[in-house]
Amino acid sequence: MPERRRLRSLPDSLRAARTPADPAFWRSPVRGARFTAVLGVILLAGLTLLFVTGLLSYAAYNPDLNRVNDKTPDKGLLGFYLFSWPTGPHWLYRLTQGLHVTVGIVLVPVLLAKLWSVVPRLFALPPARSAGHALERLSLLLLVGGALFQFVTGLLNIQLDYLFPGSFYTLHFYGAWVFLAGFITHVALKTPRAVRVLRAGVPRGEADTLAAPDPLPATLSRRGALALVGAASLLLLVTSAGRSFDGPLRRIALLTPRGGTDPGPGPNAFQINKTAAAVRIRPADTGERWRLTVRGPAGEFRFSRAELLAMDLHSAALPIACVEGWSTSDQQWRGVRLLDLAALAGYPDRPPGVFVESLQRGGSFRKAALRDNQVRDGRSLLALEVNGAPLSADHGYPARIIVPAAPGVLNTKWVETLTFGEL
Amino acid sequence: MSTRAVPPAARRPRFSPRRAYGEGPLHLLLLAATFCLAGYAGVRLLDGDTVGVLLWFAGAAVLHDLVLLPVYAGADRALRAALGPRPALVNFVRVPVFLSGLLLLIWFPLIARRTERRYEAAAGTSPDVYFGNWLLITGALFALSALWLLFRALRSRPGRRSETKVRPSAPH
Repeated sequence: MPERRRLRSLPDSLRAARTPADPAFWRSPVRGARFTAVLGVILLAGLTLLFVTGLLSYAAYNPDLNRVNDKTPDKGLLGFYLFSWPTGPHWLYRLTQGLHVTVGIVLVPVLLAKLWSVVPRLFALPPARSAGHALERLSLLLLVGGALFQFVTGLLNIQLDYLFPGSFYTLHFYGAWVFLAGFITHVALKTPRAVRVLRAGVPRGEADTLAAPDPLPATLSRRGALALVGAASLLLLVTSAGRSFDGPLRRIALLTPRGGTDPGPGPNAFQINKTAAAVRIRPADTGERWRLTVRGPAGEFRFSRAELLAMDLHSAALPIACVEGWSTSDQQWRGVRLLDLAALAGYPDRPPGVFVESLQRGGSFRKAALRDNQVRDGRSLLALEVNGAPLSADHGYPARIIVPAAPGVLNTKWVETLTFGEL
Repeated sequence: MSTRAVPPAARRPRFSPRRAYGEGPLHLLLLAATFCLAGYAGVRLLDGDTVGVLLWFAGAAVLHDLVLLPVYAGADRALRAALGPRPALVNFVRVPVFLSGLLLLIWFPLIARRTERRYEAAAGTSPDVYFGNWLLITGALFALSALWLLFRALRSRPGRRSETKVRPSAPH
């Protein structure tokens, strides 16, 4: 049995006192250029998707509209691509942000496997063959540090474990750009070789510098190792993806924030972003004495909930989609169109944006700005009811904003004031 | 590095930027652009808790390369050593342990209920189900692995000569 002989010869090789800098220190038979290339190509597609959907999420907040929407006012040219976030299709943000977070979760095993497959190169001597090689290795710190930084801050944020040193928005947005710098270089320098290796294998006469020169007998084939990575991704997908749906699919999502159960029975039993208690909404604030203030060029108006209910009510089927990646299925909202409230405030046609203020005493996005295209969409409501029942306290009673395709936090709950006008 | 024959006239010992840099000019331009972009975003990333962000950024890479990776590689070596005479068994333990460990690594804050109060205040539901769910998934993975092992053992029993084609011994 060849394995036995190998095992017996092990002490001899140990006596050689190998260090990680010695290529023979690394003995897994799984490592090799092809294995790394497969993982690299998956990450090329996956991380590009994460970057693009991340930029889209940033644009979805309309940070250039008003400073209350902008968590990164120093962005400078990094906001060069910003555009008016559309209101259709109404599931747009649910899709882009669901992909961003779920694909991010699913890529963790691929990223770890890729880093494992190239770790011998980290210790290779000499540390740099030339100035160019030294610069390239420095850019790898941006790549590896950046990727891990983005994955760790993202995973901590969706678990509400705010350990990281600063605001999540700032760290994750600027971190993404630092990562991108390293990513582009790495892709430009390595993709040709990865494609060549995948097409035709390691060229004849060239050494596979990623493969172990003195491998141990295989306990797992390369294909088996890739299958293991794929199984890990599949397991994460199955236990996470349901967080973007209500009902049975969410119950399958056994191990993920907002997975498993919906909060309670009844028409209001869909995912809540912040409960009324969490942002210190008192029953007295939302009771009989509550009034909605609407401001605009026509003056300032105050409406009770009964007066709002007596207005022309419209329905819209829209989801709640959170930046944390979870979302609900479409809910049936009923309320007054923002379009109609804008007309009352003095903009009978082509209304501008609106500045929304909430009763809530804490939490970010207590105030939010909506752009003109969001106000003009007939599905944008000041909702009073959902799924045929009055809003629950946790879903924003007495009145909340619901706008198609907008990130969850821009759908302000417990609305107190709407100011229509230039923002 | 190319080893093209160099005409003797060019052999004079004079400084060659190309030789010193070791790569082509495109490489240099690409890396210059990289560090400009990284610098532009980096000063904004570091604005605030500079030391903290630097520690997190570099620390993530260091912790991964020098702690996490050696720990799991070491665990794998220990497993192989423990199963020494029967290496074919290794994947029946390795696969469920790896999958379960990965879930624990990713969802540690959730499983350990590190943010129980904040989570309840935000979602209105309790996160205390996740520790149990992780145990259930882990149990299911081990059970599946055991079933697979049992199935294979029954199929390859020497007494039972199957007519179906003989499986080549798996590359374990």
